[in-house]
Amino acid sequence: MKTGRFWAWLTFAVGAAYFFIPLIATFEFSLRMRRGEYSFDAYRVVFGDIRFQETFGYSVVVACFTILLGVLLVVPTAYWIRLRMPHIRPVVEFITLLPLIIPAIVIVFGYIRMYGSSSPLPFLATRRGTDLLLIIGYATLALPYMYRAVDTGLRTIDVRTLTEAAQILGAGWTTIIARIILPNVLIAVLSGAFLTFAIVIGEFTMASLLNRPAFGPYLQNIGANRAYEPAALAVIAFAITWGCMAVIQLLSRFAPKSANNPSH
Amino acid sequence: MAETFLSIQNVRKAFGATTVVQDFNLDVERGEFVSFLGPSGCGKTTMLRIVAGFEEPSAGMVMVGGKDVTNLKPNQRDIGMVFQAYALFPNLTVAQNIGFGLKVAGVPRAESDARVAEMLSIIKLPEFGSRYPYQLSGGQQQRVALARALAPRPKLLLLDEPLSALDAKVRVSLREEIRGIQKKLGITTIFVTHDQEEALSMSDRIVVMYGGKAEQVGTPFEIYNKPATRFVASFVGTLNILEGTVSDPASGTVRVNGSEIALKRKLDGKAAGDEISLALRPEAISVGDHPGRDASIAGEISDVSFLGSVIRVRVGVGKNAVSLDTFNSPATPPPVVGETANITFAASDLLVLQ
Repeated sequence: MKTGRFWAWLTFAVGAAYFFIPLIATFEFSLRMRRGEYSFDAYRVVFGDIRFQETFGYSVVVACFTILLGVLLVVPTAYWIRLRMPHIRPVVEFITLLPLIIPAIVIVFGYIRMYGSSSPLPFLATRRGTDLLLIIGYATLALPYMYRAVDTGLRTIDVRTLTEAAQILGAGWTTIIARIILPNVLIAVLSGAFLTFAIVIGEFTMASLLNRPAFGPYLQNIGANRAYEPAALAVIAFAITWGCMAVIQLLSRFAPKSANNPSH
Repeated sequence: MAETFLSIQNVRKAFGATTVVQDFNLDVERGEFVSFLGPSGCGKTTMLRIVAGFEEPSAGMVMVGGKDVTNLKPNQRDIGMVFQAYALFPNLTVAQNIGFGLKVAGVPRAESDARVAEMLSIIKLPEFGSRYPYQLSGGQQQRVALARALAPRPKLLLLDEPLSALDAKVRVSLREEIRGIQKKLGITTIFVTHDQEEALSMSDRIVVMYGGKAEQVGTPFEIYNKPATRFVASFVGTLNILEGTVSDPASGTVRVNGSEIALKRKLDGKAAGDEISLALRPEAISVGDHPGRDASIAGEISDVSFLGSVIRVRVGVGKNAVSLDTFNSPATPPPVVGETANITFAASDLLVLQ
């Protein structure tokens, strides 16, 4: 028993060291901008950079729209598949996994070929159109996470009976999804939303090839040209991701009572 | 003749090659409480779901209040339904659950609040409006589900095995409560159950279903005492089967384990020497002489179980075994296994099984 515990702790320590040592080293390096002493100068430079503010702001807005699109697309789809077409679930699961298999660069080149200014759907002809295409592309990239999160949430409630109970009380589909299904899978939707947020904030390929001023290309640009700021940005990116995780936990604590969340 | 409120006409339902409901006809009067009783897979829930609009019949018609609702969606039928698994909305409070149908119907807030309060008082949970479903017991949840179904004043109430997820004690009290509320509101109700005791104790009429068909429709008294088919006889209540032979079909005399019994009714379609299956309810049988019981068969006590207030006795009668219950009496010792005994009964209580 004691030997088992020793190995368990050792494995944990090795895993934690593998994860934390580079992070600590990066953090330590980011503090060395001022010669001979530790300082937050690199962070001051990054936060003071107007391009940081612009690109980060742009990516946050795009992430919010991506989340909205993802929720509008995934919640009704996953709900309908659970309710009426459970037999096609494996097919849909496979489709939602495709963005993990197909590189983002393939998708974006496809977009450029399909939606150029001479195509019937000229998304790329205007900046707003390109933004929209970027949001659609990000929603695709986030699909594996969003779909799985929502589907897992739906698994915890009796979708069919709740739907029928609402129907017999006179509710239509919009009411059922908005007032019954969505609130009961809200925690799952939030998990998917923050995973989407984390993906969008750091994404480089699509934003770069569609030439949009997103945070990912800015990170790359700083990384290629500066010494200490990239380390500071890496730590900031980690902090954002962890912040997202913390918010998921926090919201799940204060979320409305639901089948997902009966214990509070 | 009372007015027919719900009319189910020639309904058939097939899923692919499997027919689950066939030739189903039923007229239900306004305010009547009718139970669909049958074993799992007999089609009772499918029939209820057809009335609710969740399943479309392959053939036939459903009329509510003289209006054909066969092709209406569930949310257009003005029907209330209580589900086996409660199906309360977990994200809404008890009051919000009860008021859901009213909100969907656009009932003004003040009116809706008053109706919710009224329903909470009817189900005797007036203090529970702000609680969430997970904070209630199973019985309380099902009462809330009933209140939610009744709040929008539906024309018809459907109950899909609402008591089967509850423990025995709650089941008995809740079935009395449901029946009380149903009578008070006078709402026409269809109740699906596989529990014969529930059906017998609550219903104005029972539809016994088997293999997708209505085997018999009748009052609980008729169903229990005059079962139309062998299935109804064996499914409703406990039944002792006695195999015998016809001695004289014209006078209705049969022979069981060497004893001649005069049924005093003609046995149509039978000839002397034919085998015949007869059935007797346990409560119609006594061990030893008993006033009013004019037939007897010799047997041997094969088992005695002391159950407290009653003693269950099994008596071997030739190749048949008969089970009966006698009340425990401290002054009378129970029968002893192995001793011979005459079982007595009224010949008129014998059911001839088809």
